[in-house]
Amino acid sequence: MNGLLRHKYATTAIIWVLLLTVPLWLPLLGGYTALAGRVLVFGLAAMSFNMLLGFTGVMSFGHAAYFGLGAYGCGLFLKYVTPSTPLAMIAGTLLGGIAGTLFGLLLVRRRGVYFAMVTIAFGQVCFYIAYKWDDFTGGYDGLRGFARAPIDFGAFKIDIANNSTAFYFFIVLVFGLAAAAQAFILRSPFGRTLLAIRENERRARFLGIPIEKHIWLSFSISCFFTALAGSLYALLNNFADPLGLNYIMSGNIVMITVMGGMRAFWGPLVGAVLFVMLQDYVSSMTTNWMFFVGLTFVCVVLFFPRGLMGMFQKGAKT
Amino acid sequence: MLQVVMFNLTNGLIVGAFYVLMALGLSMIINLSNVVNFAHGNFLALGGYFAFMLTPYIGFWGALLVSPLLTAVFGYAIEQLMIRHVYARNHIYSLLLTFGLGFIIQDGCRYFWGPSPLPLGIPDILSTPLTPELFFITWYRIFMVAVVIFAVSGLFAFLRFTRIGMRIRAGTLDLDTVSALGVNVAALRSYNFAVGSYLAGLAGVLAAGQIGLNPNMGDDLIMPSFIAIIVGGVGSLTGTLLGGLLIGVAAALTTVVYPAASEAVIYVIMAVVLLLRPRGLLGEEGMLS
Repeated sequence: MNGLLRHKYATTAIIWVLLLTVPLWLPLLGGYTALAGRVLVFGLAAMSFNMLLGFTGVMSFGHAAYFGLGAYGCGLFLKYVTPSTPLAMIAGTLLGGIAGTLFGLLLVRRRGVYFAMVTIAFGQVCFYIAYKWDDFTGGYDGLRGFARAPIDFGAFKIDIANNSTAFYFFIVLVFGLAAAAQAFILRSPFGRTLLAIRENERRARFLGIPIEKHIWLSFSISCFFTALAGSLYALLNNFADPLGLNYIMSGNIVMITVMGGMRAFWGPLVGAVLFVMLQDYVSSMTTNWMFFVGLTFVCVVLFFPRGLMGMFQKGAKT
Repeated sequence: MLQVVMFNLTNGLIVGAFYVLMALGLSMIINLSNVVNFAHGNFLALGGYFAFMLTPYIGFWGALLVSPLLTAVFGYAIEQLMIRHVYARNHIYSLLLTFGLGFIIQDGCRYFWGPSPLPLGIPDILSTPLTPELFFITWYRIFMVAVVIFAVSGLFAFLRFTRIGMRIRAGTLDLDTVSALGVNVAALRSYNFAVGSYLAGLAGVLAAGQIGLNPNMGDDLIMPSFIAIIVGGVGSLTGTLLGGLLIGVAAALTTVVYPAASEAVIYVIMAVVLLLRPRGLLGEEGMLS
């Protein structure tokens, strides 16, 4: 086992030990378990986004759409169809993922700034639908009137509805499965091909790799995972917010990723820790939170473009 | 009914004119610097607030001349201080940078001028209606359209006939060659950014006279401006002009038939254009794609 690999395994082990022991140490630091849930949800959304940005080299500035669609899909299913948490999550994931897959078809030929602009615009479409369709989505006030339901395994029940620790471990479970799936995809030949596209698209094309198809697949997979994070977000708050679909949310997802380090697998999770801490702290200190969040964005871009994890990596490009 | 259609048509033209001013500035910056300026809507608000501060001293007419210039200076300073450092990097950084900058400017406006809307006084002659029958068309509306037409013609003349304008056009097509021919590309991008900011500032003063000032007055304009650029085709300023007018008028006419869909129709137009003509109406093949 070489040093780099050992380093990788050590990082993964530390992260899992910290995640699994959150209910023990977080209250000591003055936090609450729901805060850790938020970190995991944003972390998962940003990691899913990073499959596209960090590992395919394509930037989207509209991932809030799929995050928000996941949340609305989950909430609407719980409210109007049946109060079953797993089914609602599947519904949310499918809604966001399929929307992303269809949008992706229109996007794949575009690159660079143009790609980003079209993703922003598509994101705003979803925002306007949620915003305008009052009687179905709750419009400006957001979607209320649903609650996560306990998960019934027949023999025993897990009460994620009232027991916040149980719900936290449920989020950890979903997060763990999703992260494992992402790691598996990125280590597969398909994932390696995405890296090749990121490093040199023209050369990859000369090698006969169907670039458009791969970018489309990468975009779709990323959207499915982002929507899964969104459905967890709806369960976490028992609420779906139209602002969660807005481009400002997209900006936050990008920021979380860059702040943590977009060339590291766990970077976005680290970024989510920083982001949630910042948000929680600044909004409790001042009403001018936008100023401070904006300032953080500018400072990270100008002075720490490689993010926190990136500072520990050698030779990473910005 | 005819009056309703007329009302919305003029409305659409005016809204479209604003989209055009915003989108042309954005488009110029995208073409030469490859930067999508998310803070462009906030530049617009700043232009309006500058006019609000200047009006008591130099009147509306003076403010109309000076505050876009101040916005241009502000844009130039921002480009020098921050944006030029990210040109060489992944596009994601310039997006994040201007995104954060937009937050800062918006909260700054809220801090200095307060969160509540402020009016911008316009000369009495401009606030009277054209005729009693056409009560909905004030002279100010005619004036706005005239200023926009003047500004847009001025911009195209500037790009066509001045040396720096020619260089900007050449840089849009092939920046490397322009640089190899001895043009200072860094300075060119700064001037270009200032011109784009000027247009946003001008739009800000005009908008403030019509709808008043508030810290997030630019937010509603930024998204349609993006779409105007996408519809018109990235890389073509004429396309942006066309795109802005098209979506402005289309949104206004939809208001006559089905008001709830007036915003949706903009996005529908974009989707249709992307499906049928992916590079936009007048976009050139291979431009930024």
